[in-house]
Amino acid sequence: MADDCNDVARQIYSYLDGELTVWKRRAIARHLDDCPPCAKGFTFEVELRQVIVSRCRDEVPESLRRRVAEAIGDSGGEAAGHGGDEVR
Amino acid sequence: MADQEKFADLAMAYMAPLYSAALRMTRNPADAEDLVQETYLRAYRGFGGFREGTNLKAWLYRILTNTYINQYRAKKRRPDESELDESEDFYLYNRLGGLEASAANRTPEVEFLESLPEAEVKEALEALPDQFRLAVVLADVEGFSYKEIAEIMDVPVGTVMSRIHRGRRQLQKLLWSFAEGRGLIPDAAAEPATGSGG
Repeated sequence: MADDCNDVARQIYSYLDGELTVWKRRAIARHLDDCPPCAKGFTFEVELRQVIVSRCRDEVPESLRRRVAEAIGDSGGEAAGHGGDEVR
Repeated sequence: MADQEKFADLAMAYMAPLYSAALRMTRNPADAEDLVQETYLRAYRGFGGFREGTNLKAWLYRILTNTYINQYRAKKRRPDESELDESEDFYLYNRLGGLEASAANRTPEVEFLESLPEAEVKEALEALPDQFRLAVVLADVEGFSYKEIAEIMDVPVGTVMSRIHRGRRQLQKLLWSFAEGRGLIPDAAAEPATGSGG
C-alpha cells in the first residue's frame, strides 16, 4: 500500500464528514480519482453510513407524544418534582 | 405564553430523532421515553434562554445529552475512555473483499449492506461505550458537524473527532462479528486475507 493510500485511509472519516480544509480535501479527491481500491473503500464507507442511518429509525410511541404534549401544555406546574438541576 | 406556544410549534417536530437517539443512549424504551419527556420539560422551561435564529435541534440534543449524562449514566460507573482498542481503517471493507459474491454482478459489499439487519445495527451501536456511542450517533445518525457535537457534548473538537473515528471502527468490528455469528460469512473467509504484511 502506497504512502498516499495510508494517508487517505487515515483521513477518510474526516473527508467523509466534510471536516478537512479545502486543500486537503482536494488532495484526497485527486487520490480517489487515481486509485480505484481507495475509491471503492471510500464508496463503501459512504454506503455503510447510509445503511446505518436507514436502520436507526424508531417509531415514536403515541403514549410518549401524549405525555410530552401534556407536560408542556400544562405550564409545568405539576410536572415538576425532578431534581430541578438546571441544564447549563 | 406566546413563547411557550412557539416552543411546541418548533420543538415537537424533533421528537422522532430525539427518541431514536434516546433509545440508543439508554438502550431501552421505558428509559428512552422518560428521557425524552424530561428533555422536553427542561427545554420548555428553559426556552426563554434559547436564542432565536440559533440551532434549535442542536440545543435540544444538548439538553438530551446532559440529561442522559446526569440522570442515567451517573448511576453506572463511567466507562474508561481507553477501553476501545484501535482497529485498522477500512476494517469491514477489507474483510468483505476476501469473500465471494453469491450472485454474479453483485459484490460481497453490496450483499452485506443490503442484508444488514436493523437489529444488528442497533445492537452494535448500543454496544459501544458511552462516549463513543454518543459521538457516533450524533455524527452518523443525526448528521451533526464535529463542532456542533463538541458543543452538545461539551468537549473539544479534537476529542469529538477521535471518539467518532474510534467508535466507527469499533462498530465495524462488531458488525463483522455479528455477520460471522449469523453465518453470513463462510468459515473459509472468516480468517482475513493474508494481506497484512509489514
